[in-house]
Amino acid sequence: MANGAWRIELELEEGRHDPVGLAARDALRERGMELASDIRSIRGFLLPSHLDEEAVLRAAHKLFSDSVTETATILAPGQTPENGASRLMVRRHPGVADPEGQSATRALALLDIPLRADESVETYRAFRLKDNSSPTDFLQRGGRALANLVIESATLGTEPLDLHSTQEARQSERKEIPLLNQTDSGLESISREMSLALTVDEMKAIQSFFQEENREPTDVELETLAQTWSEHCKHKTLTGPVDLFVDGELQRSYSNLLKETVFAATTKLSPEWCWSVFKDNAGVIELTPETGIAIKVETHNHPSALDPYGGAGTGIGGVIRDILGTGLGARPFAATDVFCVGESDIQRSDLPPGTMHPDRILDGVIAGVRDYGNRMGIPTVSGTVIRHPGYVANPLVFAGCVGEIPKDCVEKAAQPGDAIVAIGGRTGRDGVHGATFSSEALHEESETLDAAAVQIGDPITEKKVLDVLILARDQKLFTALTDCGAGGFSSAVGEMGEECGAEVELAHAPLKYAGLAYWEVWISEAQERMVLGVPPSKLADFEALCADHDVEVVTLGHFTDTQRLRLTWHGQEVCNLPMDFLHGGVPQPVRKAEANTPPTNPTPWPEHQELGELLLQALAHPSIASKEWVVRQYDHEVQGGTVVKPYQGANGHGPGDGTVLKPNLTRPEGVALGCGIAPRISELDPWAGAACAIDEAIRNVVAAGGTPHRTAILDNFCWGDCRKPDRFGSLVLAAEACHDSALAFGAPFISGKDSLNNEYRVDGVEHPIPPTLLCTAIAPVFDCERSTTTPLKCAGNALILVGWTSPNGGGTVASDLLGLPDSSAPRPDLEMAPALFDAMHAAIEAGSVESCHDLCEGGLAVAGAEMAMGSKLGARLEISKVPSDPNVPPIARLFSETPSRFLCEVKPENVSDFLSFFRGMACEPIGEVTSEPQLEVFLESSSLFAVSTQSILQANLSQ
Amino acid sequence: MNSPRVLQLFAAGVNCDRELAFAWSEAGATVEQVHIRKLIQMPEKLRECDVFSIPGGFTYGDDLGAGKILAMEVERFLGDELLALHDRGGSIFGTCNGFQILVKAGLLPGVDGVEASLTWNRTHRFECRWTRLRVEKGASKHLPEGSILPAPSAHAEGRLVLANPSKALVTLQEAGCIAFTYADDSGSPTTEYPACPNGSLEAIAGLSSPSGRILGLMPHPERNLSPLHLPDRGAGEWGTGGEGLDFFRAFLAPYTLQKQGLNAH
Repeated sequence: MANGAWRIELELEEGRHDPVGLAARDALRERGMELASDIRSIRGFLLPSHLDEEAVLRAAHKLFSDSVTETATILAPGQTPENGASRLMVRRHPGVADPEGQSATRALALLDIPLRADESVETYRAFRLKDNSSPTDFLQRGGRALANLVIESATLGTEPLDLHSTQEARQSERKEIPLLNQTDSGLESISREMSLALTVDEMKAIQSFFQEENREPTDVELETLAQTWSEHCKHKTLTGPVDLFVDGELQRSYSNLLKETVFAATTKLSPEWCWSVFKDNAGVIELTPETGIAIKVETHNHPSALDPYGGAGTGIGGVIRDILGTGLGARPFAATDVFCVGESDIQRSDLPPGTMHPDRILDGVIAGVRDYGNRMGIPTVSGTVIRHPGYVANPLVFAGCVGEIPKDCVEKAAQPGDAIVAIGGRTGRDGVHGATFSSEALHEESETLDAAAVQIGDPITEKKVLDVLILARDQKLFTALTDCGAGGFSSAVGEMGEECGAEVELAHAPLKYAGLAYWEVWISEAQERMVLGVPPSKLADFEALCADHDVEVVTLGHFTDTQRLRLTWHGQEVCNLPMDFLHGGVPQPVRKAEANTPPTNPTPWPEHQELGELLLQALAHPSIASKEWVVRQYDHEVQGGTVVKPYQGANGHGPGDGTVLKPNLTRPEGVALGCGIAPRISELDPWAGAACAIDEAIRNVVAAGGTPHRTAILDNFCWGDCRKPDRFGSLVLAAEACHDSALAFGAPFISGKDSLNNEYRVDGVEHPIPPTLLCTAIAPVFDCERSTTTPLKCAGNALILVGWTSPNGGGTVASDLLGLPDSSAPRPDLEMAPALFDAMHAAIEAGSVESCHDLCEGGLAVAGAEMAMGSKLGARLEISKVPSDPNVPPIARLFSETPSRFLCEVKPENVSDFLSFFRGMACEPIGEVTSEPQLEVFLESSSLFAVSTQSILQANLSQ
Repeated sequence: MNSPRVLQLFAAGVNCDRELAFAWSEAGATVEQVHIRKLIQMPEKLRECDVFSIPGGFTYGDDLGAGKILAMEVERFLGDELLALHDRGGSIFGTCNGFQILVKAGLLPGVDGVEASLTWNRTHRFECRWTRLRVEKGASKHLPEGSILPAPSAHAEGRLVLANPSKALVTLQEAGCIAFTYADDSGSPTTEYPACPNGSLEAIAGLSSPSGRILGLMPHPERNLSPLHLPDRGAGEWGTGGEGLDFFRAFLAPYTLQKQGLNAH
């Protein structure tokens, strides 16, 4: 390796606006660093030292710099810049992916500047301080503020930079792990030392299997079992036996919790329009007789805690691959995201050690989803942000994706003899042990120990994979397909070959760099890879198609009829396991779950309260405050099919309920997407929290025009460590609510995902997150012309409240703002709600609804305010007419969060038609749309308060 | 064939191909999509089309600057055929990343002494929001000057900058190369956020060549084809919906007429 590398540093011309520099200055000031002057940002590139100066100059001016805005500085190998002490250099650790460097490497060829095959350009960032602040201070504070030290290093500009050397090729030889004669404690320490995350019982099951086989396992066999049996892949807790105790009494025993609750509802319903449930990467429902809709929602929590940007980006990248890998491939056309983070006002000094500030985490995850989703060209449309102190050290990141799939592509089966083909990204050490890592609790040292679990996304590689897969699918070039998610090749090949068997030569996998051990190749979670089963007769065509799209393709092995998984490394056998043990051998311990009866005392609503002021506070509450600033960073209109947008109305400030997208622009059909989540209610009453979340998700899609009797739902359980009975108890109750609600609504669960170790350990104390069930709903909209939005349309129209209001206020936003003690939480009336949703849909279909908004956090008051926000109009509401018991106080009529309610705008001439859909149900005209832009609320005709639409907007946009 | 022929470029990271192809075909064209790798092998394919169309996206991840790498490929491998297409009366159109590519390949504005680029929005954020585009001289062949074309903007690097801006701006204006500006709700050009999402120089949203037949803009007229697309559902604040389709029809009109004329003979 030569000394040093050429450096090309680009800086915006003096006087040009430098937003990156400004953001850096703000970040440093926030950390208490006094700065007298600006910071300028620098983009840097390292090029191999053997290039001649002319080539480097040409590259700098023709390729790297923007000649209108930037000036380029060239530093010869070994040279450092003038005033290096006032520069902070940020660059990636060796082995961390650098997609822009890869692009630059390829682009050099366009200038006829060839690099050697093992060489590549590396990028870095730098910040130039324009005053004389102390460099060490700059390094110390700047490093934390401007770099993510998990994946990057920060140095002063006085130090020379060189390209990272390629890693030494390490000899990887077949290795056996002596297991047969180990004691329990020996087994435990092997599991710990190899980061297998297997329990002693699981290790013993493996031990007795190999005792029967009469041989020691290899390292890769243990790794494969650990991946396949991980909580992340196997969902042992939810699919295992459990005894539920309520208030100390055994209430019910389950032999398989999920099967007897969530799945049971689906099995009992089994509608014909569900084409694939719980068996593939995603659930699939019918949109038209020819076209299905695939949907999946994933969690990506622990990686996002360590590297919010990379974690969220690879989270969305992963769930997109789930959709791509459903059946023989679905084409993604929508993405969703939900983030749960700590509250904004926490001081940095109060953060648990090793955690980032919630605002920084939120900015990072939004940027991660933005940069990945936007590059993929998939509109991110639906989602929310939940703020709660319980997520400070363990944020949650949910990412969902929706795709369209032809009916004849829903089923797949690898055939013996088909080639096992990998396409897309190369394999590196990224994410080794990701599946087992995500199954363990975070702790103070996670930040430094688990850098390998963090992955960097490369969306353009994935986009190319998407392009080529859909073409290959339509040409019927493969028989089976799945994504490389958690567990990498191990789980992809293991799942596809479960029914037949598979043989893989690990040395065939293309690597990012030399030196990977064979077991690392097998379990690496490097991104952007898919595995296919390709019949030998189609292989040449498939390879040619990949070449046309510049997608790397390699044959790893083939499927067999041996029902065994066999791996070789340069021809030597390193793994030979029967599929039935791999997939069926995991022992299932009986777990205990404990819960208490939730509070049943009535909510002590205060009598004297400035209700208008409370409304403004509610609009500014972190759960209700506008998320428009997030949504505007996503290209939520790409593909041209977003017909009900997340933010609506002339000014774009009106929050929608569900969103509606057309997958096929030439057709009238679309799908409505919605989500529900209620952790504050779940903390008090887990059944109610889950039922409210499900009601909300379905309500969202119905309000936007979705068809209730064709709605499918998805579950994402994020809980604390469910090996602890007190954590598990609330989950069992939530699963019961899933069963009861799904059956009542006739809305089957079709896919789900759990993440059950969301705890943070500090000073030996473990803190679980609040019980969090995210429910996502999807429903066909058979004619998008009939989809509905929330902003008020025309003065003089009637406002009609649909649904019964109860005074239960436990876990509501008003209760949080008023500091009320725990009290009974809202619950849906599962006998009434389904009929009401059907009636709501019938009224929308009949064309008698001008606008419709569901009542959610902040109740009627916030719903009314939000409908005004997206318009230039206002509303008058008479709350004595709200359908409820007569003794429900005004504050509860306005702020109660009883589920299954809608506020609808109806033309005067359509009111009686509208009401006729709701005979026998709670439904009452309670006001009208006014041209005066304000919300005025009356009780028995006397005005309680009036708030201008302008101040409503201000409060809601203030965050 | 009696419909105009559009050849639409595809490459790694192109992602607005579906809606742009749909818009062209709704406007009456026959659209063929072709991958850059194939086009590099046979640039003479450009001789078969009336319009060469470059959709939005993040080509090659927008690494090294938005559209930069594909612009270099277009310039190096397709440059001669594109000029020939233009010289025989054909058109070249780009939206969003396609516009960035046309600018960075030197095809826009195509006026001596004017060097343009598109750089980061002033907010340094990707912005997706509806914008009002005022039709300026450079697009006045297609739509009435001063009329408003509502269309969503969705980009991070859409701020137009010029080298030697004061002189270059005069040259641009004199050559009639400003095609669209961002306008406020009264229809006047503005550089104020959010009506102008990026802080572009003189509120410029799109440029044309002096001939008017090379045209590019940051916003997406292909995402305003019907009232269903509008954020207010046709309540009036954003027009009646479908103004984007009118634009594509007008852009194709000379070729549509030409084909019909040929057909008549």
